[in-house]
Amino acid sequence: MSRTSSLSERRASPSGPGTRSARGALALPAAALVLVLSIGVAVTIGPADLALSEVGRSLATHLGVDGLLGLEPLSALRDGMVWQLRMPRILTAAAVGAGLALCGAVMQSLTRNPLADPYLLGLSSGASLGAVLVLLAGVPLLLPVAAFVGAVGALALALSLAGALGAITPTRTVLAGLAISQLCAAAVSFVIFWSAKGDAFREVLSWLMGSVASATWTSVAIAGGAVLVLGTLLALTGSVLDAFTFGDTAAAALGVPVNRARWILLIGVALLTGALVSQSGSIGFVGLILPHAVRLFTGARHRLLLPLSALAGASFLVWADTLARTVFEPRELPVGIVTAAIGAPVFAVLLWRGRAGA
Amino acid sequence: MSDRTGLGARGVSWDIDGRLILDDVEVLAPVGSVTGLLGPNGSGKSTLLRVLAGVQAAGRAVVPPTTAFGGADLAALPRRERARVLALVEQDAATDLPLSVLDAVLLGRIPHRSLLAGDSDADRAAAHAALDAAGAKELADRGVGTLSGGERQRVHMARALAQQPRLLLLDEPTNHLDIAAQLHAMRVLRDLAADGVTVVAALHDLNLAASTCDHLVLLDHGRVVAAGPVGEVLVPEVLEPVYGVRVDVLTHPRTGRPVLSFERG
Repeated sequence: MSRTSSLSERRASPSGPGTRSARGALALPAAALVLVLSIGVAVTIGPADLALSEVGRSLATHLGVDGLLGLEPLSALRDGMVWQLRMPRILTAAAVGAGLALCGAVMQSLTRNPLADPYLLGLSSGASLGAVLVLLAGVPLLLPVAAFVGAVGALALALSLAGALGAITPTRTVLAGLAISQLCAAAVSFVIFWSAKGDAFREVLSWLMGSVASATWTSVAIAGGAVLVLGTLLALTGSVLDAFTFGDTAAAALGVPVNRARWILLIGVALLTGALVSQSGSIGFVGLILPHAVRLFTGARHRLLLPLSALAGASFLVWADTLARTVFEPRELPVGIVTAAIGAPVFAVLLWRGRAGA
Repeated sequence: MSDRTGLGARGVSWDIDGRLILDDVEVLAPVGSVTGLLGPNGSGKSTLLRVLAGVQAAGRAVVPPTTAFGGADLAALPRRERARVLALVEQDAATDLPLSVLDAVLLGRIPHRSLLAGDSDADRAAAHAALDAAGAKELADRGVGTLSGGERQRVHMARALAQQPRLLLLDEPTNHLDIAAQLHAMRVLRDLAADGVTVVAALHDLNLAASTCDHLVLLDHGRVVAAGPVGEVLVPEVLEPVYGVRVDVLTHPRTGRPVLSFERG
């Protein structure tokens, strides 16, 4: 799959070895700080203005340290705004953004395809099919489960299709994913066309475009838990992904068990993406763009790229969602529209920079 | 190293989808020598190198071969350990990623450190030494995507050397290189051999093999048709039936090594 070669020929980071590690040591704490500040500030933004100090007071109350710090609790209304409405939504956005960017970076390296994203193997279309079916059947409570089952089911179909065609190569896997993806998309379109009306239609549409508007603390627990557990495991595979840089044979020659590593990573990405999609629908461009942008800074090696992509993806989606809920106040946009509106031009710039640098 | 036997691979037979790609191949490569693997296109050179390196994905061994090296059986070594003993320089290995040359060479350190660890100072020192040995010192900060063919080949060589192998396998290391780069690559191989590395290189250019190698193994249709010192293999009676061309063997006026001239048969 060499659909773009210009991205590929981008110059490597111009920094020397010394500056590289110095930058790396500072980059992670800096990105973590940006994320914490982004979350804090994003909570204050919205129809009712809140001060950063009020956010702090609400947090202190719920963490049970308000007495210790001598802070007054907020009024129930304002506290509810912070703790019940904005905080879960923003934390879900952060978790989803982190997970998607991380999965995107892993998929791009694993398939050696710069256009790979977490949804490459049909995960999003499978999840959509599951979600749309339960939304139209009138059991929206089952949506996360159905989306997750749909995502993992689509992946299983894609892989067995690739397997049925012969040895499972990256190219064959991607093509099989594309076929399953198109099939699920057609089924989704058919089901919507045939039976969606009124509210259900809007609900389906908003879910298909990706949104964290209805996030609760349960969403935070699912998306955040998945990112903490699976994301941390994936972020530790840097050396293995590094070994794939020059292809499968090169990886094998470096002592990596190629097939086992690929399966484990693919399954890790699928489970994480499935968990995220079940909470937010499929939000495009985060998993595609963020790894490329971060690579401009870190170079292609994964030890720094993976955690930094996750942190950057989290901050990015927090701000994208803040835009989504404030730009046309009081109307909200699905955040997927915002990420696409930002992501498409950014991708074009990255491509152009790639050309200029080649 | 007391054991001078180096690589001793015997009975290597490999089957891909019912086709016998290698048929009972034997390769003996003494320690500290450069052994050239010759043969027409499709004679099985690349497959043989990948099988020896334990990285041939397609197909299967017909019978378990003996692949002894320095008293150990390569095939029985755990992968990571094997990657510390032998390195493979592939043909046309490429990447789409924005990678600096130093980072590319540091990949060769992966078998030498824990999968969770980052590059240590020792890893960086080994990478720089490898760049030096491959004659690519000045390329360290360049991007891999910006290199010329000859420069890229040096970087691949450096990546393999960063593995600090005792056995180095190369698949047509001079392919697509201009004559100066070809001679440079062969010079690097000679230097490595002088340092005690066992080098096995698949080569297309018979004259390059004649000028550099100590031993040759000539493959045709997956079988060894001749093996031995350069002067025994590079003779018209051996080469003509394999390549289907007429061969005249001259003697180089300065080095005394064979120089080959070809005509259509």
